[in-house]
Amino acid sequence: MEILAIICVLLYLVATSCYISFLFYQKDNLEKIGFGAMALSFAVHTLWIGSHIFQSGVIPAFNLEQTLCLAGWATAGVFLIFVHKYKLKITGIIAAPLVTIAVFVSALLPAGPVPENTLFGNFWLIFHVIVILAGDACLAIACGLGLLYIIQERAIKTKKRGFFFNRLPALDILDAGTYACIASGFTLLTIGLVTGFVYARILWGHFWSNDPKEILSVITWLFYAALLHERLVAGWQGKKTAIMSVIGFVVILFTFLGVNFFLKGHHGIFTSW
Amino acid sequence: MTDIILIGLNHKTAPVEIRECIAFSNEETCIMLDTFLQEPTVKESMVFSTCNRVEILIASDDIDKAAAAAQNYISDFKNMPAGKFTPHLYRHEGYEAVRHVFRVASSLDSMMVGEPQILGQIKEAYRSAIRKRTAGVILNRVLHKTFFVAKKIRSETGIGDHAVSISYAAIELGRKIFGNLEGKKVLLIGAGEMAELAVEHLIRHKVSDINVANRTFERGVELAAGFNGQAIHFKEIPEFLKHMDIIISSTGSPDFVLNRDMVKKAMRSRKNRPVFFIDIAVPRDIDPAINKLNNAYVYDIDDLKDVIDENIKDRQKEAARAERIIDEAVLSFKKWYESLDVVPVIIALRKKMEGIARSEIKKTAQSMNGLSEADHKALFRMSESMINKILHDPTLFLKGNGFHKEKSLYLDMAKKLFRLD
Repeated sequence: MEILAIICVLLYLVATSCYISFLFYQKDNLEKIGFGAMALSFAVHTLWIGSHIFQSGVIPAFNLEQTLCLAGWATAGVFLIFVHKYKLKITGIIAAPLVTIAVFVSALLPAGPVPENTLFGNFWLIFHVIVILAGDACLAIACGLGLLYIIQERAIKTKKRGFFFNRLPALDILDAGTYACIASGFTLLTIGLVTGFVYARILWGHFWSNDPKEILSVITWLFYAALLHERLVAGWQGKKTAIMSVIGFVVILFTFLGVNFFLKGHHGIFTSW
Repeated sequence: MTDIILIGLNHKTAPVEIRECIAFSNEETCIMLDTFLQEPTVKESMVFSTCNRVEILIASDDIDKAAAAAQNYISDFKNMPAGKFTPHLYRHEGYEAVRHVFRVASSLDSMMVGEPQILGQIKEAYRSAIRKRTAGVILNRVLHKTFFVAKKIRSETGIGDHAVSISYAAIELGRKIFGNLEGKKVLLIGAGEMAELAVEHLIRHKVSDINVANRTFERGVELAAGFNGQAIHFKEIPEFLKHMDIIISSTGSPDFVLNRDMVKKAMRSRKNRPVFFIDIAVPRDIDPAINKLNNAYVYDIDDLKDVIDENIKDRQKEAARAERIIDEAVLSFKKWYESLDVVPVIIALRKKMEGIARSEIKKTAQSMNGLSEADHKALFRMSESMINKILHDPTLFLKGNGFHKEKSLYLDMAKKLFRLD
């Protein structure tokens, strides 16, 4: 298991360095190697998590260490699908470092106490956790693409083309990528929330329990719902979508981490350390 | 030994009055090459002429005489006293001539560094030389190497990257906004060479609609017909802003043709889809305040000029890298060229034979048991004298001067025959 973790982190590091050099030198081969390394490390990562589930029979989402590792895995998976589908190579310079940091921090954190709790073996819960994390991953990538959009838009508007101008794709392409990420992230988030409610109903007998994480998740959902609505109706194209995607991700980060540091609730255990 | 010489003049050494007098058309080039075929001092030749340069590349055993002959031919041919153009001529000999050809073909010597046409023009000139059979072993090698170097420079350096003309810079920016220009709608306001050139570039990028607005409608119809587009009335512009993605303006109007409010209204109904304004007019047609609107981008002629200046600087930086590639190529040519000399070929031939003899003797000795030291020596002596006898006639032939054709041809052939490279 340990050896899988080490290989996995090393491969993610290789992918990250490939993508960063790709940004500098713009050589297609670097991007190809980076993508290959991501795919390979994702496979190793899956094996790693799979072996964990096989050993303990539950999904490893008990504490921050495990959840971060899982979030990294979900981001890598979402990234691979996204790049395969949209061919937006530049995404790698966002996703690869993000995943590497998540997995690396997770590896540094102490393996927290694992409570004896059969609650984690339930199908609804596994589904809920994975779907929510995949949704968050989409929105994280959307935030990265949004940032790139803001940089590129600034370069074109101010007519000062710096380091990034030739290295980043066109505005419309970045915008379309951000939108695709937000739309799929929002869909996954919706499914995740619904399964969460269903699971709560099964476990506790009621859908809603005023848990801070529940409240914040619904706020996040509403935020993205509003963003998508405005985009479709009022034409919130380009910069507005980009800025909102960044703000949205800050809200998600708070929902994901902040709640557990500042507030309490039944989700606390996921990210405690 | 055969040497290479290049004489010529270009935009840096000669004013246009001289260049246009000396320039050769394709037919004239062929006639010139025919003349060179009659000239005993010229072994191989190629003539290369564009509006910016005329160059004559010659391989000869006596380069001074050959160069003088070439100058006389030009003077006769163009009916021009030699004194009028000789001060503008440059002259490169040997590897410097080769380097010059490499640089010209790689567009390092061009008026606009990195322009792509020059390589095609040189290929055309080389084809003429091939047709007229004036290119031989040496020029073939020089030119093949030239094409190789030019391609390598184009693919490995950024010398041809990024636009250096106003209209092309505008297209490049458009592609940074829209990604793909296919299906975009274009509105041309006014007319003008640069604006029309930009529209032509856009058509090549498969934009879908071209609309032309001109103060005189008839002129607009005329222009639109040229682009397969549609002419619209000037007062329809605000309405059309709602659908157009790229607007190029080049009118003589003293005031803004498009103001902020017009565009702001249009943006609302186009749901903020990005729109790109290219203002080529002086005084400007498009209110620069429009650039402050979300998803609207305005570039005027000065902005585009800045872009070009930056691109030119980038190209010059890349040119330094290209020079390195050329240095390497000249060295590699030098190696080949030196090997054309007789002595190295004979030595290489001998070495090859000796190597074969040695390894065969070794093999034989292994299978024959009980071979004494003396037997060994005898075997070696035998192989030595066989090699000497075999190589006697070829060596005499290569060293002798009784060639019917050019010496380098035979040397090259000998090297190919025995795979001496």
